[in-house]
Amino acid sequence: MVKLTIPEIELMSPGHTGCQGCGATIAMRYALKALGEKTIVSIPACCWAVMPGVWPNNCMRVPLLYTAFETTGASISGIKAALRALGEEDVTVMGWAGDGGTADIGMQALSAAAERNEDVIYVMYDNEAYMNTGIQRSGATPLGAWTTTTPVGKTKFWERRPKKPMVDIVAAHKVPYAATLSIGYPEDFVKKMKKAKEISGFRFLHIYSPCPTGWKSPPQYTPKLAKLAVTSRAFPLYEVEEGIYRVTMKPKKTPLKEYLMLQGRFRHLTDEDMKELERDIERRWKELLLKEEMTAKLEELNE
Amino acid sequence: MIPYDKLPHTPIASVNSVVVKTGAWRTFKPVINYEKCIRCMICWKFCPDVSIRLEDGSSYPAQSERIKETIKEAPVIDYDHCKGCGICAEECPTKAIEMVPEEK
Repeated sequence: MVKLTIPEIELMSPGHTGCQGCGATIAMRYALKALGEKTIVSIPACCWAVMPGVWPNNCMRVPLLYTAFETTGASISGIKAALRALGEEDVTVMGWAGDGGTADIGMQALSAAAERNEDVIYVMYDNEAYMNTGIQRSGATPLGAWTTTTPVGKTKFWERRPKKPMVDIVAAHKVPYAATLSIGYPEDFVKKMKKAKEISGFRFLHIYSPCPTGWKSPPQYTPKLAKLAVTSRAFPLYEVEEGIYRVTMKPKKTPLKEYLMLQGRFRHLTDEDMKELERDIERRWKELLLKEEMTAKLEELNE
Repeated sequence: MIPYDKLPHTPIASVNSVVVKTGAWRTFKPVINYEKCIRCMICWKFCPDVSIRLEDGSSYPAQSERIKETIKEAPVIDYDHCKGCGICAEECPTKAIEMVPEEK
């Protein structure tokens, strides 16, 4: 018998309409593997709103509810309340929104649900722009990236602001669990997802899911890019449990250039620009390590 | 619980998407060399289209007779749905998967 490192159960069917090499479909596949059949998913407008297929087709083998762009936080709170009224306590409710639907448009509903500490899982699958509508810049677009609304040319008007730190923002609401996940590391992904399933209260998961279409990268490099983002520290893997930070993966550093040069959206960057990006990333990494060190002391205080 | 037909009329997508043959999108097709394959299942793990399956995955609804007959306990590619992204060939540690141009 072959040995599998992640659960065998498949709750996502083939035949969905995701692009070739789509990272978000891999993310959904792992998420459903970890959460199991007793799950209800709510999806606002995002790539995943079109990916299950054209009516009457649907690639999900769990109930799926479509909602408006900004209402993910509210809709999952409502589903959970309805389940509670029906006495169905063992059903996991997951909100599955893109980075635009979380970091920009769905922010207030997310913040409200987090503040009320609703017993739901909120997932932000992050492809770093509004990919579904044509690659417009979102709050989660990283420094230096090209998008259709931050064009590259004589104006040199590419993305000048760093990525919105969504996990930090949600963790500041004092929620029980917030974590970053990457599709490049399926075992770690499933482990965190299962951990989130067991915790009650508001859980926020930030999934890094490369997008070949929007990042102008070859489709076969999707998992490779996800791994390189972690090893180059552009997207560190960490979790925040009751306010205590823990970096779950401290890999050997690989050059940032290797990660950037696989993607067309960073092709305009000069060596100097890349150094600037590297500095920003190093700064964020140090900040993260300091947070880990600082909050570890908090744990001692609790004991 | 309230049965489906008693619910108010809403569009419910009830057909599983396995009927959609996304294999037509493909320009390159992955071919597994079972001599080189070490059954690590990394290709299965990373497939975004759920098109590489374990031979004995009996829980799966779309399992065709063709797939059932092939080698036990090995990754098998479902060419009806594979979009040919090439992730499996890229991630394979022994380079047992080759992407060959699709011929019509």
